[in-house]
Amino acid sequence: MSKIRFVDVTLRDGNHTFRHQFRPELVRATAAALDEAGIDIIEVGHGDGLGGSCVHAGRMPVTDQELLRAAVEAVKTAQIAVLAVPGFCLFEDLEMAREVGVKVARIGTHVTEANTTRQHIEKAKQLGFMVVGYLISFGMAEPKRVAEEAYKMQQYGAEYINLAESQGHLTPMEVKETILRIRDQVTIPIGFHAHNNLGLGNANILAALEAGATYIDASLKGFGGGAGNAQTEAVIAVLKRAGYDVNADMIKTFEAATVFGDGVGNWPLPKIDNTTILMGYANVYGGMIHPIVMAAKEYGCSMSAIVMELSKRKIVAGQEDVVVEIAQELARKRIAEHDGVTEAA
Amino acid sequence: MDSRNARPTRVAIVGPGNIGTDLMIKLARDPLFEIRLVAGVVAKSEGLAIAKAKGYDISINGIEDLVRRDDIDIVFEATSAKVHIANAPRYRAKGIFAIDLTPAKIGPMIVPSVNAVDLLKSDPAILNVNLISCSAQTTVPIIAAVSDILPVSYAEIVSAAGSPSLGLGTRDNIEEFTHTTTAALKVVGRAGQAKTLVVINPAEPPIKFRNTIYTVIGTDRSLDNEIAQAINARVAVVQQYVPGYQLVVTPTRRDDYIMTVVEVQGAGDYLPTYAGNLDIINSAALEVARQFREHRQ
Repeated sequence: MSKIRFVDVTLRDGNHTFRHQFRPELVRATAAALDEAGIDIIEVGHGDGLGGSCVHAGRMPVTDQELLRAAVEAVKTAQIAVLAVPGFCLFEDLEMAREVGVKVARIGTHVTEANTTRQHIEKAKQLGFMVVGYLISFGMAEPKRVAEEAYKMQQYGAEYINLAESQGHLTPMEVKETILRIRDQVTIPIGFHAHNNLGLGNANILAALEAGATYIDASLKGFGGGAGNAQTEAVIAVLKRAGYDVNADMIKTFEAATVFGDGVGNWPLPKIDNTTILMGYANVYGGMIHPIVMAAKEYGCSMSAIVMELSKRKIVAGQEDVVVEIAQELARKRIAEHDGVTEAA
Repeated sequence: MDSRNARPTRVAIVGPGNIGTDLMIKLARDPLFEIRLVAGVVAKSEGLAIAKAKGYDISINGIEDLVRRDDIDIVFEATSAKVHIANAPRYRAKGIFAIDLTPAKIGPMIVPSVNAVDLLKSDPAILNVNLISCSAQTTVPIIAAVSDILPVSYAEIVSAAGSPSLGLGTRDNIEEFTHTTTAALKVVGRAGQAKTLVVINPAEPPIKFRNTIYTVIGTDRSLDNEIAQAINARVAVVQQYVPGYQLVVTPTRRDDYIMTVVEVQGAGDYLPTYAGNLDIINSAALEVARQFREHRQ
């Protein structure tokens, strides 16, 4: 069986859970522990990747550069990675990351929009990154379409395709079917990134591996959008039980989880609850979780009503502003209904 | 010349693709303008066929015919940056006013409801203006409206376009698109710092062109009402030349910023109504031409 390369995304996707407030000290300690545990690639940054710190998606207290430098300085063998989404990330961000010593650039876009990544894939290659084509929310498209988009990224120069199932929506059978379909069309390796909204993160990873994926994303304590990611320390245990060859040491990943856990203190863990299950079921982007919670509170409307409307409108990553619009609309409707009752009385 | 003169302003359209053809239909409706020439390079283009059917002169040798004529006041360039860079000096030599819909960035950035009148009046030597980007045309009016009340230290916009409304030209040049738009938020919108985010949504039916504008102005709320009024007033001005321009989220205060969301529905002249991004560029081009007629002719 081929070797599995392990990508820990705690320090990037986990920033969604932590409202993008990770600081260099936490990044340094966690990256060092992950490196010590034998994790191959460590992704770091704002939840939306390079250049993601903004009013719209949440402002960070520090710069991308400070977080990346902390990570790069902390590791001996692991490679530090960034997520870079064209439309959010500029060339100057990629240049900065390369200068700081980041080795891997994962160039991301919504699953149907691969042709917006050509420019950034070419730029990242030219800068000397290992370049990954990263398809976000691939559970929102048919397998045939996902394969076509993955193929485009391969043509632009990506070295592997990472499939992010950002909603935690797919079942293991669907994951397997999609990856097999992609492998018909794409010759570079496939990676898989699971979310846990329906409690299927680990099962989906096993399905992805069965279909031939060789890169796996996961996150310490499951920190990540929606109900969180598949949990690094558990995934390592599962991979070892299932007989896959990984570099990571299980006990040391537990230690990394403890280091990270101490760093975030008693911050609430992402959880599988009514709202996140509904997000998974209705195929709503996990990164919306905090905007949903906040808007529901601010406008006094139900989280599930917001989730269902987001689902109906097929909102994609990066459209957090729509959450506010929907919440305002729901609040107006509620007031109108209330007025109606009053008049009738 | 007197702006009240009866003679229509004589215009040419260079580049009869989707944008140029939509612009032709908009211009044809406006009695202030007379289309004298539609210039292309592809004999079988649909845009040229429509132009011919409408009785306009057409040419397929780029701007060779155009520069031999003496009856053009304004040229609308809807080709590419590269072509416009080659053409611009030839328009200038003829004294033709060029409204540039490409990303060539030769002339100053112009937004009709913000700086067009000042630009046109200030310097008669300006013979070339650039329409920046669809995102800038949509968001700069809002940022400028806030800047009129108090300084905007930082402006951030999120432009969400329906997948089918975004051509390969933009997709292949998303980096330049972002930089160009950000420059306009600062220079024309007068924001201290700025950031442009682009999101593409593939939903069917396609979403309208949607833009969220965050203007950071500090935590003092004492001028919030004035700001909201200024934004509403500016929206009304833009609506006069872009009928499908609409406030979706009225100015909403949070922390140190005001959030406003606008959508643009296209007029559906030649392009589909969801392509508000393309419609607003054309509507802005037409409005610039009207202001040119008003203040220069």
